Amino acid sequence: MTITVDLALKRDAFHLDAAFTAPPGLTVLFGRSGSGKSTVIACMAGLVRPDRGRIALDDQILLDTVRNIDVPTHRRRIGTVFQEARLIPHLSVRQNLAYGRWFARGLRDTAGLEPGAVIDLLGIGHLLDRQVVGLSGGESQRVAIGRALLSRPRLLLMDEPLAALDAERKAEILPLIERLRDIAGLPIVYVSHAVSEVARLANTIVVLEGGRIAAAGPAEAILRRGDLGAFHAAQAGALLDMVVEADVPNAGLTRLSGRAGRLLVPRLSQAVGTTVRIHVPARDVLLSLDDPRGLSARNRLSGHVSALHDQAEGAVLVEVDCSGAVLSARLTRASVQELSLAPGTPIFAIIKSVAFDPHGVGAIEI
Amino acid sequence: MFGLTPDEGSAIALSLRVASVATLASLVPGLAIAWVLARKRFPGRALLDGLVHLPLILPPVVTGYLLLLAFGRRGTFGSMLAEFGIVLSFRWTGAALACAVMGFPLMVRAMRLSLEAVDRRVEQAAATLGASPFAVFLTVTLPLALPGVLAGTVLAFAKAMGEFGATITFVSNIPGETQTLPSAIYTLTQVPGGEAGALRLTLISVAISMGALLISELLARRLGRRLGQGHEQMARGGGGA
Repeated sequence: MTITVDLALKRDAFHLDAAFTAPPGLTVLFGRSGSGKSTVIACMAGLVRPDRGRIALDDQILLDTVRNIDVPTHRRRIGTVFQEARLIPHLSVRQNLAYGRWFARGLRDTAGLEPGAVIDLLGIGHLLDRQVVGLSGGESQRVAIGRALLSRPRLLLMDEPLAALDAERKAEILPLIERLRDIAGLPIVYVSHAVSEVARLANTIVVLEGGRIAAAGPAEAILRRGDLGAFHAAQAGALLDMVVEADVPNAGLTRLSGRAGRLLVPRLSQAVGTTVRIHVPARDVLLSLDDPRGLSARNRLSGHVSALHDQAEGAVLVEVDCSGAVLSARLTRASVQELSLAPGTPIFAIIKSVAFDPHGVGAIEI
Repeated sequence: MFGLTPDEGSAIALSLRVASVATLASLVPGLAIAWVLARKRFPGRALLDGLVHLPLILPPVVTGYLLLLAFGRRGTFGSMLAEFGIVLSFRWTGAALACAVMGFPLMVRAMRLSLEAVDRRVEQAAATLGASPFAVFLTVTLPLALPGVLAGTVLAFAKAMGEFGATITFVSNIPGETQTLPSAIYTLTQVPGGEAGALRLTLISVAISMGALLISELLARRLGRRLGQGHEQMARGGGGA
């Protein structure tokens, strides 16, 4: 499903003027707080009416201010998970899960997930008979996700669903969202301001800055070019899909292989043969014209410079094509001149294995 | 029982009937107006608010007289209703109307406060799950506002049990037809030897009011145990917003 969004809205000093299309998969709306991400989500859910706008899922129009179409929230069938769980406090977990299901009982157009499958996926079977009152933050949020999934939504909106949770709970829920993205075939629009979340989850990234779209496109390209906005330029990095090849237990490492070659990363929990997506931050990549020997760094990939992008503060983002997998390295302009890097220059990329953030590694199910 | 005279007995029965009918009949309009005042912004809102509260600040006799002017046989509404065979003045139904009008501001006020306290974000979540505005009201708003709705209902009932000024002005003090508990007590204090009867009725009146209060307190506490914690949980969950 392709989602088309075009919104304009003015509230006091805040102007939102944003248009984007999201292809199937998981689209992350990325930006700092106040950039308008949550307003876009609220407009899509029908909770806020923009001054002017159009929202469509494929050819089904949910909002068109010119044609005076505005499908009310309860008929949009867009499952929404908010920052806070917003469970209905006088109902039990089971009743909360059944709530949306009941209103969707006559609908058969989407295959929808079965309650048993959702409860298993989210690991909430033991909570069913509890009152929502006593649930922890992580438990509440899992129930909220389940409740949205069971309402037979055509689209799932997630507005920073992990923002109120601690690192441990985040690590618990992120894999669930990855699985949803890969197995359910349900389009997801996910709001985040955390690069590690974006790197793990996104198929498509839409970057919002001050109510406007600063960049939009495939996650891999946006992250590699560091198009996340000036504030996050330093967090640019490549996304590589690789397969877990072997465990190196005595070294505490895992060996991955992919188009770029082999990489050693801190030990991963994923089984051998699993496809994982890793985020290689550009600031952790060194470049060398000669094949480096006698280095402590574990990972050395060969390729050629494919592009150079000037960034703020005298930094240059150098893209290195390693047999089709593109890495990026963040260098100073002086180094680029010293090495006389230009598109086509053969080069070696060096990455320390400890540079990998395990939170930026996620499994992809194919 | 209690050595009540037939007139005293009928005054108690009538008061209970009048108060019950007045309270039940006010319930739906009271809830509707409380919801409108709590949720909607529209021109004339202040006027509606003032109108609802008017019986609280007007002397009850004035309210009763206004009712007599409007709903008396020759009143604008009274003559209209008379065409359909509905007569309110000097009937127990008129007493119920007077009690309902007098209790209405108390009922609306309590309901409105509790509706305003309901977390709108939970209502929004319910809407995204496919609940229509009316379904959201029935399944989320009303259950969460129930303690206040209950409090408003009990207040209105208690007020109806004790209403005197507007009732006696509008429907007079006819034994067996419009002589409610307060009117009966008033009458007994005006006749020689009526003190014993007045005291009996006073004690019964106190007992009924206390009973209503206790029952509502009990219900509110049971509801509060579930909902009160729910509100705390929502406040905790909303900490990151």
